[in-house]
Amino acid sequence: MTAETDNERRWSRLMAAAQDGDRAAYDVLLREIVSFIRATVFGQHRTEDRVQDVVQDVLLTVHRVRHTYDPQRPFKPWLSAIARRRSIDLLRRRGRRSALEISDDRAYETFPDPGANRAMEVYAKTDGLGEAIAGLPEQQREAVELLKLKELSLIEASQVSGRSVAALKVNMHRAIKSLRARMTGE
Amino acid sequence: MADETAKLIERLVADARPVRRLRPPALRACLWLLAVLAASGVVIVLFADLDVFFGRITDSALAIEWVATLVTGIAAVLAAFQLSLPDRSPAWALLPLPSFALWVSSSGYSCFRHWIVYGPTGWELGDSANCFFFILAFSLPLAASLLFLLRRAAPLAPVRVAAMGALGVSALAAVALQFFHPFDVTFVDLGVHLGAVALVVLGVSATEYFSARGRAARQA
Repeated sequence: MTAETDNERRWSRLMAAAQDGDRAAYDVLLREIVSFIRATVFGQHRTEDRVQDVVQDVLLTVHRVRHTYDPQRPFKPWLSAIARRRSIDLLRRRGRRSALEISDDRAYETFPDPGANRAMEVYAKTDGLGEAIAGLPEQQREAVELLKLKELSLIEASQVSGRSVAALKVNMHRAIKSLRARMTGE
Repeated sequence: MADETAKLIERLVADARPVRRLRPPALRACLWLLAVLAASGVVIVLFADLDVFFGRITDSALAIEWVATLVTGIAAVLAAFQLSLPDRSPAWALLPLPSFALWVSSSGYSCFRHWIVYGPTGWELGDSANCFFFILAFSLPLAASLLFLLRRAAPLAPVRVAAMGALGVSALAAVALQFFHPFDVTFVDLGVHLGAVALVVLGVSATEYFSARGRAARQA
């Protein structure tokens, strides 16, 4: 019996146990499949950030559809089908987003009216932003980091932080309000 | 492993309640088909003129068309249940195609024969409006119940699964229609039947498309 087949059967057993509520087996399985998912999707997403995004998305999907796995069948085809599908979905989502975004180089040029430039400069000044974010209360800082810096969806951020979607929304709103006040001096 | 991924795994593990595995897709498809057979059997026995149907079905062309429609319906429903699972081959989508081709071609042949025998009256509109609404009315509740079951698998390609399911239910509606259709179809009738099938497939697929987008937007 090859190591490959061994691994396959081991993951299949771990998933069957996880379906029955065995958290230790599920923990081992999820940690072990990360490298397999990375290897499956790496070719489509070149940067480390993007690969991490896909890996996390695949883990969330595996969790959501784990009841569809049949322990009588091999585990790897089930997992790689999910990984490939989510990877393509993410590429499409990025494609749609970049198709809707407009790059306008002239937007960075200064306006003849000095008053207009001042308003732009206030929002362009990001020197103290990191410091301002660091100064936020913990829950607000976490919301900004997950939702804006890591660009997770509300559901994903909720899974990662353990906070409810409503709490994340409220913290995000408060964080933006206090960051705006701090950066613009309003 | 990145901290973020490790943290996510901890959360997922903490949320790992026992889940009920889905039954094999072929078994789920059979159970749904049996429920449909039982419900539509009652309606057919109560309201259809079975003597007329059994008289017409002795015509081999009509028998072939009816069996092809039935096989299309069963194959499409089975394919939809298979496709709803992540690890099943996309080739399942091809399963209903041969019988669908036979259904359309045999139905087309019947129309042509009707046209040859009856001349220009073969082009007239039969009882098509009623057929159209029959297929819609029969398909929609079936489609709703089928979509409910298919969504249990949280399919990764929901629109493809919904389109396949809709082809199945509209074909089954066309099978049931023959019990209430005591005349051969004309070209126009065929167009109306297939138009109703296409409308059900498009309608159900569009519903699933917008519903999936809504779910994704709520998650974003």
